[in-house]
Amino acid sequence: MAEVRLKSYEFRREREESWRELEALLARAESRGIQSLTPAELFRLPNLYRATISSLSVARSITLDRNVLLYLEGLAARAYFFVYGARGSFGVGVARFFGRQFPQAVRDARYNVLAAALAMFLGVAIGCLLTLSNTDWFYTFVSEGMSGGRSPTATTESLRAVLYDDGGGVLESLYLFATYLFTHNSQIGMLAFALGFALGVPVMLLMFYNGLLIGAFVALYASRGLTIEFVAWLSIHGTTELLAVILCGGAGLSLGSAFAFPGRHSRLDNLARRGRKAGMIAIGAVAMLLIAGLLEGFGRQLVQDPALRYLIGGAMLLLWLLYFTFAGRERADDRSE
Amino acid sequence: MTAVNEAGKAAALPRPKNLRDVTTPEGVPLRFELASRSDRVTALIIDLMIIAGVIFGLGLMMLVLAIMVGMSGWQAAFGLLAFFILRNFYFTYFELRWHGTTPGKRALRMRVIDRYGGRLRPESVFARNLMREVELFLPLSLAASANNVGAGNWAILFALVWASLFTLMPLFNKDVMRAGDIVGGTWVIKAPKGQLLPDMALATAAGIETADPGTPAYTFTREQLEVYGIYELQTLETVLRQQGITAEETRAEVCNRIRRKIDWQGREEVDPQRFLAAFYAALRAHLENRMLFGQRRESKHDRKV
Repeated sequence: MAEVRLKSYEFRREREESWRELEALLARAESRGIQSLTPAELFRLPNLYRATISSLSVARSITLDRNVLLYLEGLAARAYFFVYGARGSFGVGVARFFGRQFPQAVRDARYNVLAAALAMFLGVAIGCLLTLSNTDWFYTFVSEGMSGGRSPTATTESLRAVLYDDGGGVLESLYLFATYLFTHNSQIGMLAFALGFALGVPVMLLMFYNGLLIGAFVALYASRGLTIEFVAWLSIHGTTELLAVILCGGAGLSLGSAFAFPGRHSRLDNLARRGRKAGMIAIGAVAMLLIAGLLEGFGRQLVQDPALRYLIGGAMLLLWLLYFTFAGRERADDRSE
Repeated sequence: MTAVNEAGKAAALPRPKNLRDVTTPEGVPLRFELASRSDRVTALIIDLMIIAGVIFGLGLMMLVLAIMVGMSGWQAAFGLLAFFILRNFYFTYFELRWHGTTPGKRALRMRVIDRYGGRLRPESVFARNLMREVELFLPLSLAASANNVGAGNWAILFALVWASLFTLMPLFNKDVMRAGDIVGGTWVIKAPKGQLLPDMALATAAGIETADPGTPAYTFTREQLEVYGIYELQTLETVLRQQGITAEETRAEVCNRIRRKIDWQGREEVDPQRFLAAFYAALRAHLENRMLFGQRRESKHDRKV
């Protein structure tokens, strides 16, 4: 008969068993997770995968059996997902992220972070100067809901009270306050990152606008001689929070500049390369905002002494700067990864 | 790989526009089919419904708790945090834990892969899902705010149009990438499947019971086998594997057409199934033999080599 002479059939007959074995392993791993495989089977998986990949490559040049080709394509792809799937334990991943990847990504995007910081400080300066020259500007920058009674018409006493008030007055609601601050700020931070996709222009505006807000408040408190106390109130959490927001903005800008100035890679490749790093920065910044939320929700209400507030805020800032400058430097050869 | 092989690969299977090659670290290209836009939308809706369901369930639970033991800051904080985590990390969590799938993607048999053939890295998953902020939630919140701000309606409309540019991005590129896929360096593909069926060149598989194994049921001359190429061979394979009520009819029709085309001189009355199986086996043997010598004939339109 004709089929006996078919080389492609011989090829299939010799290898079919290992394909079937791989298929059975994969079916189990896909439905019940990779943990359901025994150590021996786990050890076997990469070998079977390589055998199948080589079968596929041979099959493409010797067989015309469409079913076999499609089957091998599918089988090799399914095995590929497991062999090159996400790896490692969650804990190790987190440690690696904060130990190395996050500070490295921040260092790599330092110019974008600086640009975002500049936009914000420019906002602070302009907001402060304009409001000092004419208090009407305050209403332009700060919406009524956001000011929460803190406006140029408020008395100095009530303004001072805000700085030393314990929020709602009930200590229990601090959990709620901290959570609210964290979720709200993180949402803004993530938005700042995502907006970077629009060439970064909205990011700059967002940073600038945030700066204006702060500047307006600084001016308001400065006009009542409360500058030192206000900055103390702001700095206890603000050094962490504003830094995180600036990092998100920097991540967004790095995304925008990847698109606008692709350099020697194609735009698409460049966006993918930088996008991943920018995403890391945004995730790290969310973790920072969690810390900032705790500082703001608890620390600010429990610590009332301006000097102590400065101390905590300054120490946090120093800590972050040291972390971003020195953390994860020792393995510089891994950076291209 | 040689040029012959490259060209051959491309045409060995009919190649629609939604196929993409990913080169594995072993240097072997794997071919994936991109998930369709409608599947992506359906999966998203399923996932969003799950999120909404969980939020609704949590809300109900809190309500019951509030009625039973009274409302406290802890509960509200928990609810706020749960909402935040669901909104921002639902997709990320599942794509990390379930090898690039979410419940919605799994239901539609789709999967996220790295566009450059590496493993799907956590940072890609983070980046692609953070982008949902502009793609999905920004337009939604803009649309929601259009109702309560009277004066700025035109500005909001403008912002909405601008924001939906990101949302609609998958419609404008042939890789069906949304902004998150571009930034994360990912593709969403159909999960590969495929069953190993019996070889149609085998007599038993083709349903030919030869009384006398020494002589093939039908023999074909070299000229007759030169009429067709690989594309026709694989179409014939599909026809032979076909099951269903019209399968017999199709085979009879195809059988007649082939007999006319190759100028069949043998018996006038043939059993279509047996004739086609024999022709398939002979044609495959012939074409595979030619292929071993580096001569791939892709279809009947290919020049005779």
